[in-house]
Amino acid sequence: MTTVVPEVAHEGEAGRFRSMVDLYVTTARTAVSQQFQYRTANYFYMLGMIAEPVIYLVVWTTIADQQGGSVNGLSAGYFAAYYIVWTLVRNMNIVFGAPFWEHRIREGELNRDLLRPVLPLHYDIAYFAGWKVVVIVLWIPLAIALSFLFDPSLSPNVQQVVAFGIAIWGAYLIRTMFQEALGMLCFWTTRGAAIFDLWMTLELLLSGRLVPLPLMPDWVQEISRFLPFQWAFYFPIETLVGDYSNVELVRGLLVQLLWILIGLAIFRVAWRYAIRRYSAVGG
Amino acid sequence: MSEHAVHVDGLVKVFDVPEREAGLAAAAKGLVRRKTREVRAVDEISFTVDPGEVVGFLGPNGAGKTTTLKMLSGLLYPSGGVARVLGFEPSKRQRGFLSRITLVMGNRNQLQWDLPALDSYELNRAIYRIPRERFAPTRDELIELLDIGDLVRKPVRQLSLGERMKAEIVGALLHQPQVLFLDEPTIGLDVTMQKRIRTFVADYNERYGATVLLTSHYMADVEALCKRVVVIHHGRILYDGPLAGLADQFAAYKTIGVALENGHTDLSRYGEVIHTDGDWITLRVPKAETSSVTARLLTEEHVLDLNVEDPPIEDVIELVFAQERPE
Repeated sequence: MTTVVPEVAHEGEAGRFRSMVDLYVTTARTAVSQQFQYRTANYFYMLGMIAEPVIYLVVWTTIADQQGGSVNGLSAGYFAAYYIVWTLVRNMNIVFGAPFWEHRIREGELNRDLLRPVLPLHYDIAYFAGWKVVVIVLWIPLAIALSFLFDPSLSPNVQQVVAFGIAIWGAYLIRTMFQEALGMLCFWTTRGAAIFDLWMTLELLLSGRLVPLPLMPDWVQEISRFLPFQWAFYFPIETLVGDYSNVELVRGLLVQLLWILIGLAIFRVAWRYAIRRYSAVGG
Repeated sequence: MSEHAVHVDGLVKVFDVPEREAGLAAAAKGLVRRKTREVRAVDEISFTVDPGEVVGFLGPNGAGKTTTLKMLSGLLYPSGGVARVLGFEPSKRQRGFLSRITLVMGNRNQLQWDLPALDSYELNRAIYRIPRERFAPTRDELIELLDIGDLVRKPVRQLSLGERMKAEIVGALLHQPQVLFLDEPTIGLDVTMQKRIRTFVADYNERYGATVLLTSHYMADVEALCKRVVVIHHGRILYDGPLAGLADQFAAYKTIGVALENGHTDLSRYGEVIHTDGDWITLRVPKAETSSVTARLLTEEHVLDLNVEDPPIEDVIELVFAQERPE
């Protein structure tokens, strides 16, 4: 006796939205379950992650102390706040990176992803978003410990806290879109590493990761205004640490949205052509 | 809309493969000018598969089987020709298409490595938008059919190859696909496990009326599941028809098994003696001479038992695979 195979349900807009929410929640939950399998590794990862900002922090607070308490008007307390918030923003910035596309293609993992009736981008966003939940939970005790050690000047108002809560996810999405779009290069070359390194260097200098942007020369600050990097790093930190007005906060969030859409558009175009070149190696 | 489940017409896939000589000089030359060679992995193949049919897709390594399956499942973009599966153009990778097919590759892990298979199944539920009221019974039924009830709660990394394969198959069928592309689903498994999976595929085909296109190097898989086979070699189809008809087309000989009253006798004058097992002697004779040799044996020897058979399917396939690429 043959069982009738059910037809694929035709959903309305509301149904599609519910299905996408379900996909995101389930994928994120899977990521959380997976990360909890590696409790010890996660703690070591977080400890490793604070090494970089602590070095920057020690350097800048030392310079500030030597220059009478501030550098270019930025106090030691500002640096402490900047780099403590930096640790969270940096973690939010860890996404499915461009170099992983090479691995995904070479190891045949993309075959699995392409067989699924959902764009791999959705899976990546949802999976890493779930991972962020674990990261945020682990970050809280580290941030408290760093605050005791370095005495940050941090007194945000409610609007800043709300804007920060949105901006860190905006940062996550900006970086996701551009890294995914950059990853499309892997469909054309197996040696994209040099380009990825160049991008990383630009990002390091122009995002506020290495130093707060006001410490960079004016022309560098001018260039960085027209690139996505600072909107994924300096801006979210400043929403909490700086003294943005409400208008500046909203404008910044809108600029983030613009960069997310630009990144998405680049990805979608690149994806359309990239997938035609895919040779489905590795199985 | 095509009434065939799978419709392939003049399908082509060409890869540009970079190549260079060994050594530093060749590497330096490659910096300036890269040499590539065009490889026609699939070369204008055409066939159709009806709904509910189970077809064996045979060919040696590199024949183009997997490339064809990848084009039919939407992983690869064809270089030319037409492919339609359930009326969809696979390369468009539409949701309706991907929700109705599955591709199982025997050497690939589709499940989350560190989590129990149940978690991956839940993820597939969300990905394929399977209604919850349908998901749980389907999952439980598949788990029961493959007898992996006690395995799906263990992290996948702790499962043996065979156990993992069964868990993979459950994951690949949760959305109840109408077309199954199975690429070496029993590779590396022991005989018992192979048999289990064969039985399962037959059950699934019968229960859901699903269309199955199967590649396997194990002829037991093909003999057990497929009445029809498509043989591909050097990217071209050499044969498309009943499994039983392969020998007629490709084997130039038959085997005659004979047991004589007087035991061991030299039968080499009748044909090539290829095997002796106790009193049972197996001869290989040219196909055209089968009747005359059989008649001579029956009249000249004291025959207790005799049968005429096509050569084993493995031997026939070996003959097919040995064919040179037609120019």
